[in-house]
Amino acid sequence: MVDTSRSPTESSGFSRKLAALIIIIYAVVTLIPITWIILTGFKSVTSSITYPPEVFFEPSLEGYVNLFTTRTRQSQEYLEALPPPETWYEELVRSREMVIAGPSKFFGRYANSLIIGFGATFLSVFLGALAAYAFSRFKIPLKDDLMFFILSTRMFPPIAVAVPIFIMYRKIGLGDTHLGMIILYTVVNLSLAVWLLKGFMDEIPREYEEAAMIDGYTRMGAFFKIVLPQATTGIAATAIFCMIFSWNEYAFAVLLTQFNAQTAPPFIPTIIGEGGQDWSAIGAGTTLFLIPVMIFTVVLRKHLLRGITFGAVRK
Amino acid sequence: MSEIKLENLEKSFDDFVAVEKSDLTIQDNEFFVLLGPSGCGKTTTLRMIAGLELPTSGKILLDNEDVTFLRASQRDIAFVFQLFALYPHMNVKKNLAFPLKMQGFKKSEINKRIEEVSELLRIQHLLNSKVSSLSGGDRQRVALGRAIVRRPKAFLMDEPLGTLDAEFRELMCLELRKLHNDIKATTVYVTHDQLEAMSMGDRIAVMNKGKIIQFGTPKDIYLKPKTKFVGSFIGSPAMNFIPIHHPVEKNQNKIVINGENYDIPQSFGGTNSPTNYLGIRPEKMFLTDKKGIPGIVFGSEYLGARKILTIKSEFGNFKVRVSNQVNARIGSNVKINFEPKSAIVFDGTTDKAIESRYIKLN
Ligand SMILES: Nc1ncnc2c1ncn2[C@@H]1O[C@H](COP(=O)(O)OP(=O)(O)OP(=O)(O)O)[C@@H](O)[C@H]1O
Ligand SMILES: [Mg+2]
Repeated sequence: MVDTSRSPTESSGFSRKLAALIIIIYAVVTLIPITWIILTGFKSVTSSITYPPEVFFEPSLEGYVNLFTTRTRQSQEYLEALPPPETWYEELVRSREMVIAGPSKFFGRYANSLIIGFGATFLSVFLGALAAYAFSRFKIPLKDDLMFFILSTRMFPPIAVAVPIFIMYRKIGLGDTHLGMIILYTVVNLSLAVWLLKGFMDEIPREYEEAAMIDGYTRMGAFFKIVLPQATTGIAATAIFCMIFSWNEYAFAVLLTQFNAQTAPPFIPTIIGEGGQDWSAIGAGTTLFLIPVMIFTVVLRKHLLRGITFGAVRK
Repeated sequence: MSEIKLENLEKSFDDFVAVEKSDLTIQDNEFFVLLGPSGCGKTTTLRMIAGLELPTSGKILLDNEDVTFLRASQRDIAFVFQLFALYPHMNVKKNLAFPLKMQGFKKSEINKRIEEVSELLRIQHLLNSKVSSLSGGDRQRVALGRAIVRRPKAFLMDEPLGTLDAEFRELMCLELRKLHNDIKATTVYVTHDQLEAMSMGDRIAVMNKGKIIQFGTPKDIYLKPKTKFVGSFIGSPAMNFIPIHHPVEKNQNKIVINGENYDIPQSFGGTNSPTNYLGIRPEKMFLTDKKGIPGIVFGSEYLGARKILTIKSEFGNFKVRVSNQVNARIGSNVKINFEPKSAIVFDGTTDKAIESRYIKLN
C-alpha cells in the first residue's frame, strides 16, 4: 500500500519518528547539567552536598537567600536574645544559626552584566549594520582586503591581547568601567556583526532604498526606514550571537573588572569562598544568570522565523 | 509642466560604455518610450534621469533647470521599478503614505490623496492588505499609486509590465495609457517589447548598444527605419531583408536580384559597399506567378482574415503577410515579389538606410 496522503517529497513516517527520537535524546543529554544546576539552586545547603546526590529532596530557597545576602554565624544565646524574626528569610537564616549582615554584591554584579551585555550588543549591531551597509552598497577601495582585515581580528583568541589592553585601559582610565567593558566587547563582536549583517544586506534588493530615495528620503532615512526593518532576521541573529558572547565573557571580566563594573560571571564563583561550599547559592546564581539570555533568544527567535518566511515570498 | 532634456549624456562603468553620447528631448505631457533589446542601456538612462546614477559626462535638464548632480530625492520625479519595490514590511496604505510623510503633509491631506489615488486605480479594497498577499497586477497598481500620490513632475517606468502574463499585460497597457490621458504627466517608459512600445508611445526612441538610434512617432519608426537594426527590431513579424550584390548609386531606381531587375524608389543617396540589403515589410510582399524570388512554403500561421507565410528561399526565410484567400500549401513552390514603393535600401557596411523618394529621414 502506498500512502497517498503525503507528498512523495516528504520524508516517511518512520524516518520522521526516528529523527524526533534522536533529537529528544540529544536534548535530554544536553539538558541534564542545566536541569541539575537549576535543581541544586532549590536545595538546602546540606542537601546540596550530600553523597550520593539526592534526586528527590525537599525544596528550599536557602540558596537564593544566601545568594542575595551576607550572613554571620552567631552563638545560640545571641540568637535567643534577639526579637523574633520579621520575615521568612530571616527565619530561614536563623534556623542555620546565622543572622543577615547585609545584602550581597550579587544584585549589583547582575545589573552590571545587564548594562554591559545589552550595551555592547546594541552598539555592535548598530555599528555593524552601518558598516555592513556601506560594504554592501558602496564602491570602497580595497573592499575585500578590508573585509578580510575585519575578520582577521578574530583569528586569535581575544584574550591573547589581554595584557596590552589591561595596560592601555589603566592608562586611559577605562579599567573597571562600564564604558570600557562595552567598548571592549563591541570590538570583539564587531567583526562577526559586520560579516553576518553584510550577508543579509546583500540579499536586500537595492531597489527598495532607491524607491525610498526617489520618494524624497535621504540615504540615511532610507537606511533606517527601509533597509533596517528588512534586515530584521539578520539583526536578530547577530544580536543573539553578540549577546551570548558579551553575557558569558569571563576572561576579560576577571582581568579588567573588580568593584565598579564586575559582571556576574567572575562573581558567581567567588560565592564558594564565602562561608563554605555553598552549591545551592551557586545553583541559584547560575539559574538567574541563564534567564536573560534565554528570554532574549526566545523573543528574537520569533523574528528569525518571521524573517525567513518573509524572504521566501518574493523579492 | 515638465520637459526632460538629455544633452550629450554618457555613462561608463569602468571601461564599459553603457550609454553613449545621447541627446533627447522629452516633451511636456508626452508618453515617451525607450525601446531596445536587453542590455542596451535603457535602465541606465532612466536611472540617470532619476538621479540614481550619475552620468560620466553630459547634462540632464528638467524644465530647463540643470539637475545633473541633484539628489534623487530633490528631483521630484517618480520611478516605477521593474519588480515594483513595494516596501514589504508595510501594508498598501503605508506604502502609499510613505512618500507623502516625507513631504510633511497633514494626516487629513495624506488620507485624502490616498483615497483619490486608490479610487483612480481601483485599489480601495486593498488598502489594508499586506504587500506579499497581492497579485502581480495589484502590485503593479499599488506601485503606480505610490508614484502618483506625490504628483511628481514626471514618471519614469522601467518595464513595469515585464513580470505580468501576456493577457494581463495587454489590459494593463490600455489602463496605463488611459491613466496617462487622465493625468497627463510626462512619462518615460522603458521596454524591450516593441508591441508595447508601438501601442503606447506618443514617441519612441530606439536604443541599441548604448546608443539612441532613432526617435519619432511609432508610425515614423515603423515606416522609415533609419537603420537595418531598427527595421528588424520593430514590427512583428520583423522586416525581411534581401541581399543585393552591387553598390547603389545616387538616383538609382532599379536593383538586381538573381540577375533580374526590380524597381525601387529613386535613391537620393548612394553607397559603394559591395553588398547591401533591401528591407521590405511582410505585408508589402506578395506571391506571384510572374517575376519573383523562388521559394518553398515552409510554414503558415493562421491569423483570422490574414495569415503569415514563412517562405524558405536562397536568401533565408521570408515572412509574408497575405490574405487568407491566398492558396499556399506547405511544401509548394512559390515566387515572391514586393511593392517597390515601400522598399528601403540599407548600406551593408554602415547599416544605415539610404534616403529615397519615399523614405525621407529626419
Ligand atoms: N552598475 C553597473 N556596473 C557595471 N555594468 C553595468 C552596471 N549597470 C549596468 N551595467 C551594464 O550596462 C549595460 C546596460 O545595462 P542596462 O541595465 O541599462 O540595460 P537595459 O537596456 O536596461 O537591459 P534590460 O532590458 O536587460 O533591463 C549592461 O551591459 C550592463 O551589464
Ligand atoms: Mg533594464
